[in-house]
Amino acid sequence: MYWQPDIETLPAKSLQELQLQRLCEVVARVAATVPLYQRKLAEAGVRTDDIRSLADVHRLPFTTNADLRENYPAGLLALPRNEVARLHTSSGTTGKPKALFFSRRDVDQAAELIARCLVMTGCSHGDVLQNMMTYGLFTGALVMHYGAEKAGLMVIPAGPGNSERQLMLMQDFRTTVFHTTPSYALYLADFMEKAGVDARRDLALRKAFIGAEAHSEETRRKIEGAFGIDAYNSYGLSETNGPGVAFECEQKHGMHLWEDNFLLEIIDPATGEPVPDGERGELVLTTLNREAMPLLRNRSRDLTAVIPEPCPCGRTHRRLTRITGRADDMLVVRGVNLYPQQIERVLMGVPELGRNYLIHLRGLDEMTVKVELAPASFDGRAENLLRLEGRVAEKLRAEILVKPRVELAAPGTLPVSEGKARRVIDERVL
Amino acid sequence: MKPVHLLAVFAENKPDQLARVTKELADASVNIHWVGIADMQRFGVIRFLLDKCDLAYQWLKQHGFTVSLVEVLAAEVEDRPGSLHRVASLLSENGISLNNCSGFVFKNRAIVILEVTELARARQILLAQDIPLLSEEELLSL
Ligand SMILES: [Zn+2]
Repeated sequence: MYWQPDIETLPAKSLQELQLQRLCEVVARVAATVPLYQRKLAEAGVRTDDIRSLADVHRLPFTTNADLRENYPAGLLALPRNEVARLHTSSGTTGKPKALFFSRRDVDQAAELIARCLVMTGCSHGDVLQNMMTYGLFTGALVMHYGAEKAGLMVIPAGPGNSERQLMLMQDFRTTVFHTTPSYALYLADFMEKAGVDARRDLALRKAFIGAEAHSEETRRKIEGAFGIDAYNSYGLSETNGPGVAFECEQKHGMHLWEDNFLLEIIDPATGEPVPDGERGELVLTTLNREAMPLLRNRSRDLTAVIPEPCPCGRTHRRLTRITGRADDMLVVRGVNLYPQQIERVLMGVPELGRNYLIHLRGLDEMTVKVELAPASFDGRAENLLRLEGRVAEKLRAEILVKPRVELAAPGTLPVSEGKARRVIDERVL
Repeated sequence: MKPVHLLAVFAENKPDQLARVTKELADASVNIHWVGIADMQRFGVIRFLLDKCDLAYQWLKQHGFTVSLVEVLAAEVEDRPGSLHRVASLLSENGISLNNCSGFVFKNRAIVILEVTELARARQILLAQDIPLLSEEELLSL
């Protein structure tokens, strides 16, 4: 099932021709309208007509988070103000947010991309989507909302939190699909278990779209198992669209990135140089089909790799692997680079452990991983718990090359955030 | 004869843990006959011998505690030097490792609570040597 079969299955060569044509248009447009890009292009010594092939994209300047912040509120706007239909922001950890503008056509185009994604997972007219992302300045909820309506679904704009109400809506309106973060999906699964609700028996759920936080394959399986559904990985980036940038098809093996809308590069985050196909690096996107705020080579800080093989679903747009970390999330412990997601992957693969964990860095590079015990695995024997701690520490060492101290915690005692879970506490004195 | 069960509770190493558990047991009107704590520094396992073990298990579980029932052997030994040694060497001679052991003397009766992995075999060995094993009812009615 395709939403736009011609585009989704466009042969690679035609896709590349379309990309080149759009890339030239974008460069010409930002060179004519955005002072930041006028300056950056001049500094890089690139003229509009220097872009003759897709390989020439490497000559273009990057756009960084700092560029977006420094040009807040409207420095990157490529249209007159009165042509803007919607404002979103993307919050940073410090200071001003990034302002993100959508023209009427951008709003519609973002919805088209979402419609492609939803149909790609087998959703159609008649499905009921419970959208549990935050409505408001964040792109996550509204972009999904418009796209789901376009694809013919009924949308329940539930927003996040209030698990009792979420459950009530699911029961009363026979929700078939929900859209949320991995941490809230796990939280909701716990909540339902405690409320005595068996999702398979009592609810009509079939699918979930899981986005806004990087998560592991094991977390996906836990979500699928808890609700008896298929969970699809959704990759979004507020700066370039919100959700709908890349999404899994029914194969659930990598996320198709819509290459007619985004020019994709994977670079080494340290050097900025491209990495070979299939190798992990930072995702860099140039928007090819956005009017209000086109971006050249936007540094996502998200780490992923291209899956070069064609997908059995027939779509020609290349797939990305699960995001395995953010270039910003990288921790350096005892000289070793590691990502919280690597730790999560190990923990989720141990059946005796629960869903919540915390990485605590203290003193001079002391690393403690606190993780909840799964209630069913407690057999009353203290020595088995000690052995489990040792086994988990050893598994972690094999994955991240640093042996942390592992501490078991009682189920339900580690913090579960209903939004983005905070998993790392760094209190090192370095 | 109903085998002896202890109720084991997972406890993090926080000062109020024992107080929290025992408050729940009091609320459930469960009487504690014996308590032992395996302290592993970062966490501990508190084990209870209770008059209403199954009720306490359900109660604590519903109140968010991580609990488990552990079957143990309660052997009665003579209250004199060397009697515990006899039990311990019997088990070790037969290759049965003891995970946990605790004992008490009550009204001149010495009771040893044994946690072993091979429960059935340990039971046979002790009974064969005429070491009496108490049922849960007998132990609770001491
Ligand atoms: Zn596919």
